[in-house]
Amino acid sequence: MYATTYHRPKSIEEAGQLASEEAMYLSGGQTLLPTMKQRLAAPESLIDLRHIDELKGISVEGRKVRIGAATTHFEVASSDALAKVCPGLCHLASLVGDPAVRHMGTIGGSIANNDPAADYPAGLLGLGATIITNQRSLSADAFFTGLFETALEEGELVTAVEFEAPEKAGYAKFRNPASRYAITGVFVARLGDGSVRVAVTGSGADGVFRHSGMEEALAGNFAAEAIDGTTVDAGALMSDLHASAEYRANLVKVMAKRAVQDAR
Amino acid sequence: MGVEGIGARVTRKEDKRFITGKGRYTDDMVVPGMKFAHFVRSPHAHAKIGGIDASQAESMPGVIAVLNGKQLAEDGIGNIICGWMIHSKDGSPMNMGAWRPLAEEVVRYVGDAVAIVVADSKAQARDAAEAVMVDYEVLPAVTEAAAALEEGAPQIHPEAKDNLIFDWGLGDEAATDAALAEAAHIVELDIVNNRLIPNAIEPRAALGVYDEAEDHYTCYTTSQNPHVARLVMSAFYNVAPENKLRVIAPDVGGGFGSKIYIYPEEIVCLWAARRTGVPVKWVGDRTEAFLTDAHARDHVSTVRMGFDGDHNIIALKVDTIANIGAYMSLFSSATPTYLYATLLSGQYRIPNIYGNVRAVYTNTAPVDAYRGAGRPEATYVLERAMTTAARELGVDQVELRRKNFIREFPYQTPVIMNYDTGNFDAILDAALEAIDYDNFPARRSESEARGKKRGIGMSCYIEACGIAPSQAVGSLGAGVGLWESAEVRVNAVGTVEILTGSHSHGQGHETTFAQVVCDRLGLPIEQVSIIHGDTDKVQMGMGTYGSRSGPVGMNAIAKALDKVEVKAKRLAAHLLEADESDIEISDGELKVKGTDKSVPWFQMALAAYTAHNLPEGMEPGLKEGAFYDPQNFTFPSGCYICEVEVDPETGMTEIVDFVAADDFGNIVNPMIVEGQVHGGLAQGIGQALAEGTHYDPETGQLITASYMDYQMPRAQDLPAFKIKHETTACPSNPLGLKGCGEAGAIGSPPAVINAITDAIGNNDLTMPATPAKVWKAMQN
Amino acid sequence: MADINLTVNGRTVSGTCEDRTLLVQFIRENLGLTGTHVGCDTSQCGACVVHIDGKAVKSCTMLAAQADGAEVLTIEGLASGGELHPMQAAFREHHGLQCGFCTPGMIMTAVDMVRRHGGQLDEKTVRHELEGNICRCTGYHNIVKAILAAAEEMGAGAKVAAE
Repeated sequence: MYATTYHRPKSIEEAGQLASEEAMYLSGGQTLLPTMKQRLAAPESLIDLRHIDELKGISVEGRKVRIGAATTHFEVASSDALAKVCPGLCHLASLVGDPAVRHMGTIGGSIANNDPAADYPAGLLGLGATIITNQRSLSADAFFTGLFETALEEGELVTAVEFEAPEKAGYAKFRNPASRYAITGVFVARLGDGSVRVAVTGSGADGVFRHSGMEEALAGNFAAEAIDGTTVDAGALMSDLHASAEYRANLVKVMAKRAVQDAR
Repeated sequence: MGVEGIGARVTRKEDKRFITGKGRYTDDMVVPGMKFAHFVRSPHAHAKIGGIDASQAESMPGVIAVLNGKQLAEDGIGNIICGWMIHSKDGSPMNMGAWRPLAEEVVRYVGDAVAIVVADSKAQARDAAEAVMVDYEVLPAVTEAAAALEEGAPQIHPEAKDNLIFDWGLGDEAATDAALAEAAHIVELDIVNNRLIPNAIEPRAALGVYDEAEDHYTCYTTSQNPHVARLVMSAFYNVAPENKLRVIAPDVGGGFGSKIYIYPEEIVCLWAARRTGVPVKWVGDRTEAFLTDAHARDHVSTVRMGFDGDHNIIALKVDTIANIGAYMSLFSSATPTYLYATLLSGQYRIPNIYGNVRAVYTNTAPVDAYRGAGRPEATYVLERAMTTAARELGVDQVELRRKNFIREFPYQTPVIMNYDTGNFDAILDAALEAIDYDNFPARRSESEARGKKRGIGMSCYIEACGIAPSQAVGSLGAGVGLWESAEVRVNAVGTVEILTGSHSHGQGHETTFAQVVCDRLGLPIEQVSIIHGDTDKVQMGMGTYGSRSGPVGMNAIAKALDKVEVKAKRLAAHLLEADESDIEISDGELKVKGTDKSVPWFQMALAAYTAHNLPEGMEPGLKEGAFYDPQNFTFPSGCYICEVEVDPETGMTEIVDFVAADDFGNIVNPMIVEGQVHGGLAQGIGQALAEGTHYDPETGQLITASYMDYQMPRAQDLPAFKIKHETTACPSNPLGLKGCGEAGAIGSPPAVINAITDAIGNNDLTMPATPAKVWKAMQN
Repeated sequence: MADINLTVNGRTVSGTCEDRTLLVQFIRENLGLTGTHVGCDTSQCGACVVHIDGKAVKSCTMLAAQADGAEVLTIEGLASGGELHPMQAAFREHHGLQCGFCTPGMIMTAVDMVRRHGGQLDEKTVRHELEGNICRCTGYHNIVKAILAAAEEMGAGAKVAAE
């Protein structure tokens, strides 16, 4: 790791003041620190978000859910309140990394990094969530803009995510057997208005994406077999050592079906 | 057997330090004034070094020195050697290129060390290493062995024309061809044995210390054989003469073969310690382990197996190209030859066998022995061919194997080995029963009802272990003898210290070796200590690999105990005024047979040291040493059966049942033997399902250089294993041991692949059988 | 430079290190507690697992500065008063270790696992929960056995007590 300077602000405001072009926010650090260890990232300073109380916690009021950005995967996975209204997201969080990683890694850190194989981008895009920053609110559709890219401006900090609990949601993941990231992860949600959102991670050449064909098919019939008639364009998918685009196209359908079957 | 003797399931004496965090590994060693090293490594697979500019690095904070290959050569440090001479079919010696510990003119693989930076901290050393400017002229690279043999391929070493190191053959080619011409049926297969990266969880490390006043060096290192390291560093690398070099391999976190070899880093750290005047510690990180630990396997073979009309195997011909990597590592020439083709007969009567092996340089990490070493490759070739044959001939895979089993021992194969004993029917029967083979069809139907494809596959292996009679291996080209030494020191109070040249890095020697003593002398296990891993304590040894610590190392102890016993009995007889031949040792006493006269063991020991009343001519003290040179290889054998369920939608394979039935001869500690099998199975299943090594064929970059891309088998990927033993004691050594360290990794890969190909009905599948590959095979 | 104050294995300790120093380096090099190991660079092998404020964390993926003020439990602090923790005892009893290098991380992970699951562990869950720990020696067979045995001994009360 290159030399860096560590900061520990106590408030969102203080964190914002420490931000600069050469600084990076450090949330759970489960992706950033390994990247820095490999000397692939070299921020001059790190702004630790783990000690800012206003970034933490899950609140559920009726069907309205708010998750603070510094809430860990473990906390999301094991939240009884969240499990009552959206167990699919708890399930997704329980599949991120491994137990030790889940104790540190956070939802805000995950979506701000927008790794094309991360789980949360699919979850939030599938839920049609709103991403709250220290400057504005953004829809998930507007937030995730490409591989490792988001709509976040320099110094802008994700503070929370909010969504209306869906009627049903499910997530199915096919792991990269080495890294445990998603080769394909599909989050399927039927919202309160009857519409369906299907978000796919791990496969898209441009990162997380929605599959409109499946959304339409499932809106008509929220059952796994509805997916049989849809097509997945392998041309828009990644191909790498672990999985060809053709194989991923197959997995997108298979995981979508399993997500529908598991939706609760 | 006593509760702590041979055959007892004794929990391990060494465990307490490991479970409480008190193990002492090389990276845990701290010496006064110690500084830290980082190696500058080639980012290119093949390049000429134009020059090295370290001026900026040298001026960075904390930097003590930046040293390069030229300086190393000026100080007379020698080339890294391969210790086993192989001659090609035409009689010419192998074409070995030079391997410099720090490359001077040409780098030949990504990770090739070019310079060492020594600094006050690890981070400073790494910071400065990045500032060392190496001027590379990049050359074309080749990573695959077959491609390296093609015309126009990049030439890697001037000594090896067309990158060919040797073209070697074993067996009678003409007779084999003639038999194949007569065959009623011939099975033909192309077989790839995938390259593996060993991945002991402790990365390699070295700490070099130089004492100027004494002109003496100490090397702490992650070695499976510290004495061999000292020998080679003295005799060939000119680091220091043996009496001026102490090598200590403390607790070592797994080896699996990869820590046999003497790598550039320990040589360079010792040399740098003298050049800089400070102790130099290097601890590899996982990326360096991926790039520079000796890799494994990487064979491409074609196989032709001929049967007569009665389904007897009449001939086997195998042509193999073995990828040796960029340099010839210590055992690299033996692994694909005498550890491989000599096992092509397997458990079967095959009157005609011919194996041809071409060993080839490529721009990849050196390839050498790794758990099984040659024997997994032979087993994979043979057992995939047998299953394929059964399918093609329309006979049951069990019956085809049974029909061809060797049942009379000793059995001389056409490929050197003389099998001393075995009972292949017994291990096969044990495996079939444990897996409930007969009811497989019902289980398959049940899986089908759930939309899954179920398959069953088997593998019958034999291996040659111990490695082995010195004269025999010498005649085959080995540069050293492969005996083992032991010294038994009985202290004045009767406690015992065993000094052994074997090295324990997970095998549990501190327990099993003590059990051999307890069994013989009837002492409680707490009174026996095992000392190993330090050339200042143990005089000489050949180390631990090739499943040899039991059949060779423990037999050396048994031999030394024979001498101790003779002297102890003589002394006891003198003290008890009895005849030597009437003395027996049991329960910590030396007794006169058929009487109530006895002397406690400790009193006899004390008498040996007080020397007040010794038999005439007897020297005081009680300490004996022995060198044990085996009379033959040992031949563990086994039958492994794997049952899988494949998810046709994803290609995901789940191992639903796995039986390993082995014949290891006598067993000293069943708990530890089972543990060895479990670990070997995980590595073999890892090879079959998970572990793929990929170099970019154009650039020679290692793509699978971390756990992000190289799949290590995890708990979730493996089943609970069923372990069975059948015993035919090894007749060639006193303890009747055959060795058990490698079997799991040898027998399992073909069992897994035969199961998957059975499940999916397509034999065209290479390892690792990842979900993506299996899914693709199912689309065809 | 960062001033670090921690409670490690019940003792208050302090030290100074570079801001970039990983917690595992601080534990090993500054505190001399070498039971915590480093087996990879990508947060996957789990040889470095310690407990931070009662939860299993990979100490190679946390800065020492991030841990400032925390309570740290390492393998050296697990046994109490010379008596092995049931998980340590079970690893020995069931031969859940060979070379011992991954063992401290395995044991710390396993203790955390039992804390979260109490007596509810079964083989499948244990295997799943071990996804962040790599062992090259044992094939996991006896590790799984050891954890199940220890979980039983530690009892269903473990989870309740932790909460």
